[in-house]
Amino acid sequence: MATRIQFENSCEVGVFSKLTNAYCLVAIGGSENFYSMFEAEFADVIPVVKTSIAGTRIIGRLCAGNKNGLLLPHTTTDQELQHLRNSLPDQVVVQRIEERLSALGNCIACNDHVSLTHPDLDRETEELIADVLGVEVFRQTIAGNILVGSYCAISNTGGLVHPHTSIEDLDELSTLLQVPLVAGTVNRGSEVIAAGMTVNDWTAFCGSDTTATELSVIESVFKLREARPSSIVDEMRKSLIDSYV
Amino acid sequence: MSDLSASGMFVPSQTVGTVLCCICGVAMPPNPANMCVGCLRSRVDITEGLTRHAAVVHCPECRSYLQPPRTWLRGLEPESKELLAFCLRRLRLPLRRVRLVHAEFIWTEPHSKRLRLRLRVQAEALHGAILEQSHLVELTVHDRLCDACSRSQANPDQWSAAVQLRQHVSHRRTFFYLEQLILRHSAAARALRIGETDHGLDFFFGSRSHALKFVDFITGVVPVRSRSDKQLVSHDPKSNLYNYKHTFSVEICPVCREDLICLPPKLANALGNLGPLVLCTKVTNSIALLDPFTLRSAFLDANQYWRAPFKALLTGRQLVEYIVLDVEVESAEVSVGGFRYMLAHAQVARVADFGKNDTMFTIKTHLGHLLTPGDYALGYDLYAANSNDFEIEQHKGLILPEALLVRKSYQEKRTKNRGKARSWKLKSLNMDVDTTAKGRADEEKRNTEYEEFLRDLEENPEMRFNISLYRNKEYQPSEMASTADGEDVPTIPLEELLADLDLSEDEESEETDNMKE
Repeated sequence: MATRIQFENSCEVGVFSKLTNAYCLVAIGGSENFYSMFEAEFADVIPVVKTSIAGTRIIGRLCAGNKNGLLLPHTTTDQELQHLRNSLPDQVVVQRIEERLSALGNCIACNDHVSLTHPDLDRETEELIADVLGVEVFRQTIAGNILVGSYCAISNTGGLVHPHTSIEDLDELSTLLQVPLVAGTVNRGSEVIAAGMTVNDWTAFCGSDTTATELSVIESVFKLREARPSSIVDEMRKSLIDSYV
Repeated sequence: MSDLSASGMFVPSQTVGTVLCCICGVAMPPNPANMCVGCLRSRVDITEGLTRHAAVVHCPECRSYLQPPRTWLRGLEPESKELLAFCLRRLRLPLRRVRLVHAEFIWTEPHSKRLRLRLRVQAEALHGAILEQSHLVELTVHDRLCDACSRSQANPDQWSAAVQLRQHVSHRRTFFYLEQLILRHSAAARALRIGETDHGLDFFFGSRSHALKFVDFITGVVPVRSRSDKQLVSHDPKSNLYNYKHTFSVEICPVCREDLICLPPKLANALGNLGPLVLCTKVTNSIALLDPFTLRSAFLDANQYWRAPFKALLTGRQLVEYIVLDVEVESAEVSVGGFRYMLAHAQVARVADFGKNDTMFTIKTHLGHLLTPGDYALGYDLYAANSNDFEIEQHKGLILPEALLVRKSYQEKRTKNRGKARSWKLKSLNMDVDTTAKGRADEEKRNTEYEEFLRDLEENPEMRFNISLYRNKEYQPSEMASTADGEDVPTIPLEELLADLDLSEDEESEETDNMKE
């Protein structure tokens, strides 16, 4: 289910929040509306944690994580680190890494199995990512942009990429990530996908400027629509019938 | 990346995918705004802020358009490139923001007083997408008389420069000749009005420069002296604008062709002791003088003449007809200044005396090449003339010849042709003729003078040089029996005539004639 929300009148919800299958991080806003939206959605399912990173509110772009772990930049303070360690479930490994490119959210796009990273990331960081997050790391660009974390949003079921991605690139990425990808926009034509929305396997939150078309695209690619029996069977049938003799 | 492929690297092919328009959901190739063209157009109007209506001022008299604050542009035809450029300038498009790709006129009725343009502009819409949109502009044409037209309409006879052309002689030959010259060169094309007075012509112009141009033309064809004056009509003390009426007084020298002149002694000495009696052979912007006894010639230009002006002793009206009785050629034929002369002794008698008494004169003449016994000639009768001239008394010991022949006369032969139309005709300037009682009395004199002028034209090919002659369509060549004597009245050969390109209804058949020059 995709919902439209706003953080303090800004439509860039992916900047102020980080959503995974195991937890949700939310920035500290003036009013509680943003937080209460997430609370209402995830009340007993996953913890929703209010935090700041490096004293800033742009937590979605500074950290990268999935259900296995969370990576924080070197600018994170010790209190924040401790707070996060306390609030998050024990199976989530919280790690602060020394990396020159400190906006990890912009540099790393990941789901629970595979990740795309900025081509200039350090070797050690890459190994850390593979360790902490438990993913396979691919250095890639999307539509010629090196900030892969900003221009795509991926979950275990699908992914949305920059609208100018060519078909060959789309096929290549899709093969790497093993999920269906579609090129589209969010927030009424904005190309910065990950800044405009945040997604996990069963929910997505988009900025309030997102048009109905964009919302329908998001729901279809991330498979967020209420599952209908026929559609499930169709899906299963496609995967079962491998080849006719 | 094109620079990579240019350097020889393998660049995989990139096919552009399709995304959905974020507003309407239609599949489209991605663009900077990520909206389809329709949605973009409906959201963004790039012609916002461009002028849709403007006003243009037009003068119905001279069909010119006003370019503020004061310039009036002429020659802007409807639906022409220049008019389009003018309209675009009047619109003052913000060319920093939009780019004009195409402009054209939409046809409107001229009397609707509207000009419509269709422009195509390109501008950047949100996020860098470039949109092209068509934009209609309507210009209202306001009619207003421009300053020149309103001035001329308020007072059509208003002249601001006048040229008064005068020659103090008793005939109008010079003015007939000048009239033809002016017509040929269209020197009086800008004159508002031409008036005729008893000793000359008045030309009225709208501006001083036109009058000056006309005076320069006259100075180039006749020897004149001129002076100019101006009279203040009005003045604007605040902007220091002064409005004058300029007058040019141009006096033509009174010496004409075929005049007999007695040169003042100083001038005769200055010209190399040219015999004091000279004939004037040609008047252009300088005077050509010929001594008929020595066949020497001299030229006086306008300045030289006016420094020491002299009058003619005897003029063409005082020519008397002589009959030539005997010719004895004295010298060979010489060519002086383009004319051929031959010195000869001749025995002549006045036609008036010819049957009645035996008065004969033996004289020297320069027309030896033309005269044979039995010919008629025109000359000055100095034997019977009573000249009151100051100059003759100045020359001590001057012996006057009894007669001086000037030219051969075709009078007898002309009587046969009298009344017959000529094969050629001349055009005339439209002048305001003086129609008072005095004027009417002079009219007959004028007609005879005009006839003589036409005869002069027939006889002198060099006079025809600067004049346009037109073929007379009413002329039918009569079956002329060849005249008894071989000598024929000189007529103008057909090659010299111009076909009159008069495009009026009754002369349509002549339109196909070629202009022969």
